[in-house]
Amino acid sequence: MASAEETARAADRKDIRERWLLSAPALAIIFVAAIGPLFVMLAYSFMMKGDYGDVKPWTFSLDGWTSVLFQRDIFDDTLGLADAHLTILWRSIRLSFYTTLLTLIFGFPTAYFISTRAPTTREIWVFLVTIPFWTNLLIRTFAMQQVIRNEGLVNTALIWLGVIERPLQIMNTDVAILLGMVYVYLPLMVLPLYASMEKLDFRLVEAGYDLYASRWQVLRRIIFPLVKPGVIAGSILVFIPSLGAYVIPRVLGGGKNMMLGNLIELQFGSGRNWPLGAAISITLMVLVMIALLFYVRNVSKSETGHG
Amino acid sequence: MRLKTLAATAAMAVAGFAGSASAAGELNIFNWGDYTSAEMIKKFEAAYDVKVTITDYDSNDTALAKVRAGGHGFDIVVPSANYVQIWVKEGLLLEARPDQMENFKNVDERWVNVPWDPGRHYTVPWQWGLTGIGVNTKVYSGDINTSAIWLDPPPELAGKINVAPEMNDVLFATIKYFGGEWCTEDLELLKKVRDKLVEAKPKWLAMDYSVTEKLPAGDYSAVYYWNGAIMRSREKNPDIKFGYPKEGFPYFMDSVAILKDAKNVENAKLFMNFIMDPQNAAMISAFAKYSNGIKGSMQYMPAEMQSAPELVVPPEFEKAGEFLTTCEPPVQELYTKLWTELQK
Amino acid sequence: MARRTFDIRAQPGFGFMALLTFFALYLPIAALVAYSFNAAESLSRWDGLSLRWFASAWNNSTVQDAAIRSLVLAVWAATLATIVATMAALATTRTRPYPGLTFKYAFINQPLMVPEIVTAVALLIVFSRIKVWTGYSGMGYLILAHTAFCIPFAYLPIRGRLEDMDLTMERAAADLYATPWKTFRYVTLPLLRPAIIAGFMLAFVISLDDVVITEFVKSGGQDTLPTYMLGQLRRETSPEINAIATVFLALSVLLVTVFFFVNRRKT
Repeated sequence: MASAEETARAADRKDIRERWLLSAPALAIIFVAAIGPLFVMLAYSFMMKGDYGDVKPWTFSLDGWTSVLFQRDIFDDTLGLADAHLTILWRSIRLSFYTTLLTLIFGFPTAYFISTRAPTTREIWVFLVTIPFWTNLLIRTFAMQQVIRNEGLVNTALIWLGVIERPLQIMNTDVAILLGMVYVYLPLMVLPLYASMEKLDFRLVEAGYDLYASRWQVLRRIIFPLVKPGVIAGSILVFIPSLGAYVIPRVLGGGKNMMLGNLIELQFGSGRNWPLGAAISITLMVLVMIALLFYVRNVSKSETGHG
Repeated sequence: MRLKTLAATAAMAVAGFAGSASAAGELNIFNWGDYTSAEMIKKFEAAYDVKVTITDYDSNDTALAKVRAGGHGFDIVVPSANYVQIWVKEGLLLEARPDQMENFKNVDERWVNVPWDPGRHYTVPWQWGLTGIGVNTKVYSGDINTSAIWLDPPPELAGKINVAPEMNDVLFATIKYFGGEWCTEDLELLKKVRDKLVEAKPKWLAMDYSVTEKLPAGDYSAVYYWNGAIMRSREKNPDIKFGYPKEGFPYFMDSVAILKDAKNVENAKLFMNFIMDPQNAAMISAFAKYSNGIKGSMQYMPAEMQSAPELVVPPEFEKAGEFLTTCEPPVQELYTKLWTELQK
Repeated sequence: MARRTFDIRAQPGFGFMALLTFFALYLPIAALVAYSFNAAESLSRWDGLSLRWFASAWNNSTVQDAAIRSLVLAVWAATLATIVATMAALATTRTRPYPGLTFKYAFINQPLMVPEIVTAVALLIVFSRIKVWTGYSGMGYLILAHTAFCIPFAYLPIRGRLEDMDLTMERAAADLYATPWKTFRYVTLPLLRPAIIAGFMLAFVISLDDVVITEFVKSGGQDTLPTYMLGQLRRETSPEINAIATVFLALSVLLVTVFFFVNRRKT
């Protein structure tokens, strides 16, 4: 009895050891080229800023952190909330949220459509989703510009159809940033959605219809819960890069209003305030990490719920 | 020095004639993107049998951060005037003494005793230009030699303006607009500057770099931007006219410097000397469309550049221009705050 | 399954939405391809058909080098990332929670949570020290950096797929005395294939796209197409870029076609 238990435990231990071994290469690469260097950033956020960028090594200062949220007014020297930073943070979260929502609205039917094709043609559709992305982000952003600018395809078509008389000013607005981000990040939503829809068991769907469920009920009660991991994965993949977007606001938004990515870049660039840049970045990371942990917990809970 | 250069040249030439397939030497140039004439590089490679590698950067601060971190492998860098002193202070540049080189006699006196490198002990002029006004005269026909074009825009232009997304250039012109001095800490004046920018910004369409594309096409009707780009726009659309803001405008000059940890110092020095030759300097300008600061190079440039109103500063405006210098760190911090507030 | 006229797979409007999405996806691309055959100097004015930009891109060795470097880098990074991500996904799914599991999730997804500029500056500081110490400044750094941020993109779809696969098939194989490797090779891997392909493609395009990290990590002579373009952003973007993009697209369509036919022969 005891020995059987022990064997089981030993097998368990062996299994866990193997699992660590199997994940070791990924963990090692990420440690060396992503996480490790971040400790340097963390250290930098607690140092005094250098006169011309960088930091003064081995000096301690909390200036970087306090100026994330508070700043001394330039003119009356009162300490107040750094509302510029908060405004930029809020704009970034809002635009990223809309981007995620729109990519989901368009990506869900698309992934569903692909996964209900015949098995041989599915891969073609998947490649069709990725092909536009063989051209890099900058080129795609420029291509998007051709479509939405005043003399672009959309405006020309609408004028020709007589829908509008004057071109719509889409370029250099938040709408342009939003359209650009949806366009650029759409495959990041479609691919994970497809991956979990592809093996959807349609016997469950059939069972639903046999029980007189409507199409909407089947979609909401059967399909959606089954592909939820894909929805979550896709949302993460879209939301987070949107938050840090840098090129799209610059090119399509006309560079008049910053997003977080631009604010951070400014601190590491001509703003020459690396500790502040590091502190803003870490704040952003922590926010995202909390949201992510919350998500992961929720997903695993709902999965065990389904049994 | 001159002898040494000659000897080096001779040695290179011999090596070249010996018919070795691969180049005898190497040179690693770190420069602004799309800024280096390939034709000029080819000529240099052929003359000295040196294989040149060019790597791009897109901002002074990126270049500075990369070189300061070390391990970059570059020999030559081309920082802007207001950054040269930072590079020197941080001990990144080699005192290459270009002022003792053979071709230094070709450098225009105006560019010898410059504030960022008095007597030119470190750097050699690459190109210079200024930030001015470009206006589509079909849309607006009033006076364009003023910053009011983008700070107090006439109704015809409001909503169709593009301003260079450059903190220093924008703040410089606005401070000058109120009669202040660059690097001022005068809070009362800076408050006016801030209020003016906050008031003017809604009347701008964009703060963007794609001027040569959108100014001639009519997306923008007025810009505050670099003269070379406005010249290119005018070549595509003759309605574009260039204006010199009489209240004050910033000059820029990018200069070639050798890095302290360069591996190919001799080749880098050869390159410095090479670009001070009027014909070679003209190639640089013909490619990137900015002036270069080498006497006698004009005659080798394309005819349309020799008389371009964007490049030849009229004497009455010469005094209005001033070089952007490096402000003290606390001032810089103040300006960054203003800038962030403007773009929130 | 009985045939019936009622298609259980259909959802109203989904086909329309999907086709609309594909249309929107290809509209800018179509514009880009069309403009690559434009004779005009400008990106926005149409001056008639011409191949001049293809010729000029062909003669521009800088652009060519950069394009090839981008492709090589993306192949390396996506391959490495997909391999290690598949291993990691196998190690983190279909098990009871064990100590360190949540930690692994967080660790592997971490590159997603950091704005690119931060990783870029951090990598610059660390890698340049290593460059100074070792004297090596080759493509290895870029490959390593790209692999790291590609891993989560490859990992997520593979893990998503594994989570919904139970162990029945593998257990059956084991009951039939298949070795663990054979079970993996002939059972798990074929089932995982769509997700692995999705993961690889994601990682590939993500690597092809990267600007900021590459800009900070690259050494002399290591410009990729995106960093080359970033350098041009301040000046004039030449329609050459459209021509290169068109060539990339043609290349990918060719690859897909070949892949498709090879695949078909197998089945």
